[in-house]
Amino acid sequence: MIEIEKLDIRFGATHAVRGVSFQVSLGETFGLVGESGSGKSTVLRAMAGLVQEWTGRIAVNGRPLARRRDRAFFRMVQMVFQDPYGSLHPRQTVDRILSEPLAVHGIGNADARILRALEEVALPRAARFRYPHQLSGGQRQRVAIARALIAAPSILLLDEPTSALDVSVQAEVLNLLSDLRAARGLTCILVSHNLAVVAHLCGRVAVMQGGRIVEELDEAALRAGRAAHPHTRDLIRLSHDLEGMTP
Amino acid sequence: MSTAPLVEVKNLRVDFPSATGVTHAVRGVSFSLGKEKLGIVGESGSGKSVTGRALMRLLPASTKAQADVLRFGETDILHASERQMRALRGRRIGLILQDPKYSLNPVMTAGAQIAEALRAHRRIGRREAREASLDLLEGVKIRDPRRVHDAYPHELSGGMGQRVMIAMMLAPNPELLIADEPTSALDASVQAEILRLIEELVDTRGMALMLISHDLPLVSHFCDRVAVMYAGQVMEELPAAELHKATHGYTRGLLECLPSLTERRPRLPTLNRDPAWLAPRP
Repeated sequence: MIEIEKLDIRFGATHAVRGVSFQVSLGETFGLVGESGSGKSTVLRAMAGLVQEWTGRIAVNGRPLARRRDRAFFRMVQMVFQDPYGSLHPRQTVDRILSEPLAVHGIGNADARILRALEEVALPRAARFRYPHQLSGGQRQRVAIARALIAAPSILLLDEPTSALDVSVQAEVLNLLSDLRAARGLTCILVSHNLAVVAHLCGRVAVMQGGRIVEELDEAALRAGRAAHPHTRDLIRLSHDLEGMTP
Repeated sequence: MSTAPLVEVKNLRVDFPSATGVTHAVRGVSFSLGKEKLGIVGESGSGKSVTGRALMRLLPASTKAQADVLRFGETDILHASERQMRALRGRRIGLILQDPKYSLNPVMTAGAQIAEALRAHRRIGRREAREASLDLLEGVKIRDPRRVHDAYPHELSGGMGQRVMIAMMLAPNPELLIADEPTSALDASVQAEILRLIEELVDTRGMALMLISHDLPLVSHFCDRVAVMYAGQVMEELPAAELHKATHGYTRGLLECLPSLTERRPRLPTLNRDPAWLAPRP
């Protein structure tokens, strides 16, 4: 469903992404892991059309994408950002935030759709006319997910969707994402530095370092620690180390 | 030397009055701290940061803080003069904040900020301060102290910025280091490096450490004891090594809702918040 081939991104003198290629099939969730500066978020932003200085090939359903994306693209592809504090307009109510994608795509029946969207992400009806600052971090991230899904996209891009949240809220949001993914048959790309989160949601994972994919492995290999590249092994060891304390 | 612990907190209560009523942020927290590493863990809003701030009396003027005992060394924090508090803050209690991007001064070089911290507490000359800053940067394991010394915060990575912050806090040689989410803005691998560094410095300098974080497994890795906070109260305090023996429902809930790399779980257990946890504790 998604093909990325020899993706190269430079910002001035910085060579952020160096020849990245991977494919994601329909209904699959693909993980991109790496440390900050590894280029993982930049790949996602190029896919979303937020970065235009790329070369290579990005194709969805076999059709290559142009630098500038049209409205149909944004109907199909939506993104959830890391920080719900930063990604929601502080002076718009939840109702207004959720109306916007409907207005942009000319989708009618807004009232019923907004109510359904709130229900889907398990937000109370009372949240509809609140402002982001009146909601908790977890509720805000639910609003961001509802906004991404309200125009019924088929591809969801997730950039560290739970790393700004408490672990208890992270569990709720991860469960919500698995439910929505199953219900809507979404294809997802998840960017995260947390291996446990990636293993939880993704069937396949690419490990990035210095703008390159150094290794691609499936969930079973990741969980079993069967990694070939030293960087992947380092990341796995670290994750095991920290997990060692949990029962 | 007396045997009294460095820090003693008994029945600390902190209230934030607001237009819509009073928020009881901390509701009767007690603990004592010697030359050891205490982790304070809880979700956002549990009162963990406010507890740390109360020890330095760094809360808004409208805040009402009360306690039966709130003592650092021989200083009674609640009744100390502002002058006495200034002698404590930075000099004897260091505070490391979450994000070096916001907590470092963007228009001063790293070296100038460390030198400022040094000269605020000790009468030393410029050149001596520079030498001491370079030593401190080396102490926090920065490979190229000279470059970092002359760099502005935006020229440094998050991990590097946090090292500068730590160097700055260590400059006056404090007895207690309060680290409030010191690594949550950092990558997992850098996180471990920074915490290992803090651990090592605390051990070699014989300081006390209060590590405030939402990350229970991470904290227990680096602390001797862990206090778990919920809604302004300590639910449970236990030796970090015995975390797996935690009995309180909230502590267990926090541990169980984490996704695991080794074990596959289709659904994560979520926290069922027991209303009984809110009841005032004895």
